[in-house]
Amino acid sequence: MSTPKVYNSAKEAVSDITSGSSLMSGGFGLCGIPENSIDAISDLQINGLTVISNNIGNSGRGLVALLKKDMISSAICSYVGGNPDLESRMLKDEIKVTLVPQGTFSERIRAAGLGIRAFYTPTGHGTSVALGKDEKMFDRPCILEKALHADFAIIKAEIADEYGNLYFKETARNFSPLMAMAAKTTIVEVEKLVKIGELSPDQIHLPGIFVQRIYQGSNYKNDIEFKMTKKESGDSNED
Amino acid sequence: MKTEIIDQEKLSKRDMAYEVINLIPDYASINLGIGMPTMVAEHLPKEKHVMIHSENGVLGVEGRPLESKVSATLINAGKETVSIKDGASFFDSAMSFGMIRGGHLDFAILGGMEVDINGSLANWMIPGKKVTGMGGAMDLVNGAKTVVVMMSHYSKHGDSKLVKKCSLPLTGKAVTDYIVSDQGVFKIENDRFKIIKCTRNFYDKERDNELYL
Repeated sequence: MSTPKVYNSAKEAVSDITSGSSLMSGGFGLCGIPENSIDAISDLQINGLTVISNNIGNSGRGLVALLKKDMISSAICSYVGGNPDLESRMLKDEIKVTLVPQGTFSERIRAAGLGIRAFYTPTGHGTSVALGKDEKMFDRPCILEKALHADFAIIKAEIADEYGNLYFKETARNFSPLMAMAAKTTIVEVEKLVKIGELSPDQIHLPGIFVQRIYQGSNYKNDIEFKMTKKESGDSNED
Repeated sequence: MKTEIIDQEKLSKRDMAYEVINLIPDYASINLGIGMPTMVAEHLPKEKHVMIHSENGVLGVEGRPLESKVSATLINAGKETVSIKDGASFFDSAMSFGMIRGGHLDFAILGGMEVDINGSLANWMIPGKKVTGMGGAMDLVNGAKTVVVMMSHYSKHGDSKLVKKCSLPLTGKAVTDYIVSDQGVFKIENDRFKIIKCTRNFYDKERDNELYL
């Protein structure tokens, strides 16, 4: 039995994303990015997207495909080093970029998914991040940060069952389960889609209640940005 | 305490990594920033037991992997492939920064552009010229129990990066504990850079500078 959450293709799963939507995208650099959904969105005739993602692509890949097609008008992220396509557009004011400290970024997304409206954090106090925000003294000065929601989240998991229960691999988990909780519609692509019951309840990193759409992904590149290795003898080298 | 004089013209990056390692007690949890701090992982002696945290969601990083063990989904915050040791764990970004913000992480070792006598650190942007973003640095400097900045002592133009007051946008206000530079090891104390150890040249040149103790 297939559930109504299971879609046949990336194209079908992203077809109702419209101009002006807010879109969260999982992944740290290129690790764990939803490659198939990004490709499918880059084929849509839309623009004015607000994209919420730690790096907005990197090294010319990932979400950079949407940047190059001028589909993104506003970006919320924590780090643009390693993403010259974004940094140059930002310095030329072609795109509005809001830089958020990574822990605050994660927690704002988590808060949105879990019904917390705002929280006080010491991160960013005394810096430009604090400008225009409420400040309050606890054991130390803190600033008020608000929950960060989105219309859609596109994420990748290693394994999903047809209810949307997710299992992530290694550091590919990063922001993905948080974004799944924070978006109205969460679209998940997977390396492996299995029947309900094939994932043990103990293995599940994110319960399927947070997932609206799932599809079996294909042709993954799983790019490595900096491949560092050591030889058996212990010497290090880089390629 | 008497200042220890290092009998070298300057410290190599490797020497700096060893000075950082000397500050870290056994069984500490540490986070290594992108760039120079990652060298600390390469030079950790086998007998030193530390848990290396990488904010993209892993505790227990252990240097580079063998070619046969490379995994595209196992990277550090510098997007480099890494290996993990026994006892390692994976988690999402909110938990990762919860560890940091919640005060559970013993050491953060970061690169820097400027540090001032109050311990304020600037390392994330040069207005109009270069923007990398703060990434996890603002959370790390406010959350870790001890913050170590590892950087060259002077800029390309020869200006000291240890300053009276930072001119670049801050990463954190009064957050730095130690600075390890190619000139020595310094501790923020009484609104001064207390020299723990330094090169002979540096000592002769800066001993009377009001910024240093």
